[in-house]
Amino acid sequence: MNIINIEHIAKVYQVGFEEVHALRDVSIRIDKNEYVAIMGPSGSGKSTLMNVLGCLDTPTSGKYDFNNQNVSEMNDNQLAKIRNKEIGFVFQTFNLLPRSDALHNVELPLIYAGVPTAERKERAKQALIDVGLENRIHHKPNELSGGQRQRVAIARALVTNPSIILADEPTGNLDSKTGEEIMLLFNEIHCKGNTIILVTHEEYIAEHAARIVRLKDGLVESDEKVLNRYIPKLNSANVN
Amino acid sequence: MYTILFEIRESLLIALRAIRANKMRSILTMLGIFIGVTVVVLMSTAIKGIDNAFQTGMSALGSDVLYIDKWAWFEHDEWWKMRNRRRIDMNDFYAFKEQAKLPLAVAPVINSRQTVKFGDNRIENVFLNGSNSDYVQTTNFTFSMGRFYSEIESNSARHVAVIGSDVSNTLFPRGDALDKEIKIGGVNFRVVGVLDEQGSWILGNFNPDKQVFIPIGTIFKNFQNQSFGTITINVRAANPLLLEETKIEAEGIMRKIRGLTFNEENDFSINQQEGLASQIDQTVGVIQFVGFFITGLSLFVGAVGIMNIMFVSVKERTKEIGVRKAIGAKRRTILGQFLFESSTICLAGGLVGLIAALLLSKIVNQFLPTSVQWDAVVIAIVVSLITGLIAGIAPAYTAAKLDPVEALRYE
Ligand SMILES: Nc1ncnc2c1ncn2[C@@H]1O[C@H](COP(=O)(O)OP(=O)(O)OP(=O)(O)O)[C@@H](O)[C@H]1O
Ligand SMILES: [Mg+2]
Repeated sequence: MNIINIEHIAKVYQVGFEEVHALRDVSIRIDKNEYVAIMGPSGSGKSTLMNVLGCLDTPTSGKYDFNNQNVSEMNDNQLAKIRNKEIGFVFQTFNLLPRSDALHNVELPLIYAGVPTAERKERAKQALIDVGLENRIHHKPNELSGGQRQRVAIARALVTNPSIILADEPTGNLDSKTGEEIMLLFNEIHCKGNTIILVTHEEYIAEHAARIVRLKDGLVESDEKVLNRYIPKLNSANVN
Repeated sequence: MYTILFEIRESLLIALRAIRANKMRSILTMLGIFIGVTVVVLMSTAIKGIDNAFQTGMSALGSDVLYIDKWAWFEHDEWWKMRNRRRIDMNDFYAFKEQAKLPLAVAPVINSRQTVKFGDNRIENVFLNGSNSDYVQTTNFTFSMGRFYSEIESNSARHVAVIGSDVSNTLFPRGDALDKEIKIGGVNFRVVGVLDEQGSWILGNFNPDKQVFIPIGTIFKNFQNQSFGTITINVRAANPLLLEETKIEAEGIMRKIRGLTFNEENDFSINQQEGLASQIDQTVGVIQFVGFFITGLSLFVGAVGIMNIMFVSVKERTKEIGVRKAIGAKRRTILGQFLFESSTICLAGGLVGLIAALLLSKIVNQFLPTSVQWDAVVIAIVVSLITGLIAGIAPAYTAAKLDPVEALRYE
């Protein structure tokens, strides 16, 4: 069953008198529990595609079905609800609230979902434990390393049990060892049955996924299975 | 319903976090509101204080009393004209008393200022009131000790005195004034009565608490030459409804006594407390105007300041807003968050202002009795909340309609 089904998606930005075609004609289907990497040169439209898939941005034309719901016709509130309940974002720059501790950052989506306080704290704490941060619950982002910040962000993405995780260059701001640890975490998350879509520049990061979609100039250049997929070793993780 | 309450509570908590995270900025923002609320509370307190004092003062003097005098008390324009009026003397009084049918009581009054002493205690410049035994009926005086001087004492110009509460407190701190011999302007008087505390500061010279009352004959004998001083005739109407009729009668009688022809102006004035009331109203009006002006101005400045700071805050937190939207904050959630933030800042400023006003009114109280009203508290809270909402609406709306993608790209 498709979780994501986009057909002939285009996204045009108007810059002055010039039209920038970030996406020209993109059609992709993604099934439940897939692990997809999106690759392509800078400016090829990867982030734009992620924003459309994450219901942050509405395409200029084309059709988008998410879980068999037609997203293209939803209003702002409905999109906010989808983002809150069905989608977990992980960003390159972490995007945590700087003045809030890890727990509050992870709680936030649950606040917007209207989960009662006690249950919310419990779930947020569990999500932090799941990403290996049981000792950093009350640390603020500036008291955490880059890898730890990204773990908080991943916990925040996972805490609502979303249908998909969207990660736009999650290892882009991390050194390769820390990046590898984050990729291990994604692997675990995938193994638990989650659907993951990941944007990356790095071939070796992309090879963690089971499928690679390559974009170029707003078009899908190729879309194929990864033959010799790289499965990270569990014992290579050492978080704290 | 539950979710709305929940959202409100969460917005409030988020707003509080933001305020705590930006302490200095929040405090500066509060300043305008602080000043506005301080002024508005102080003002309403002062006005209430003046009003209260006025009411008690008025009821001590009696609101149904006319004062026939050479001078018009509350009009100063024709001073030179009044100066040339003939004085009002005791013969006028006797004739008036003879002819007036409507008044409940009529009394002649003449004043003098003297030093009053008992032992080592003394008061300079005491307002000395000389009248007859009917005088007490033209007032609403009550006595804490003794009585007013009698008709016999009055007619035979005895050296007896009735003293106001302030005079008694100063000369007799132990409260044992009755039957003591005091010295007024060097002459011995026996205290026959002490008044309850009656009036209030607002009456100035009319404040009975600071006066001493003696028979008018005694004044003429010791302190004033009867053939020079001009007296006031106090006329009390039988009841307030008859005041106007009593006044018309009094005017007619006085014109007759003074031998005025129909085309001559009155050479006397009939004064009423109303004159004082309108003067007080003017004072209150000025306080109100100035107060509202300052309040309005500082609230306006405060509101503009808050709006600016909220705009800056929205700008600074563009990325944060993007993140919040990405993880599911609705427009109205963001709107609520910023509205809560600005109104909470304002409310805090308002409450601090309220506390400052209450403390200040304690200090002011030493010069001018104030009266703190519950409505002042309500005013402070409502005014600051509304200011916060008005100042917050535009920035909050800007934040709410930010495009999430743009907001996330913002550096
Ligand atoms: N808000 C915008 N306004 C105008 N043009 C935009 C906007 N967002 C993206 N673009 C343009 O759309 C194209 C695709 O941008 P996008 O961010 O999707 O690229 P990308 O593949 O993510 O690149 P990178 O690897 O550098 O992140 C670029 O040419 C970019 O300049
Ligand atoms: Mg990008």
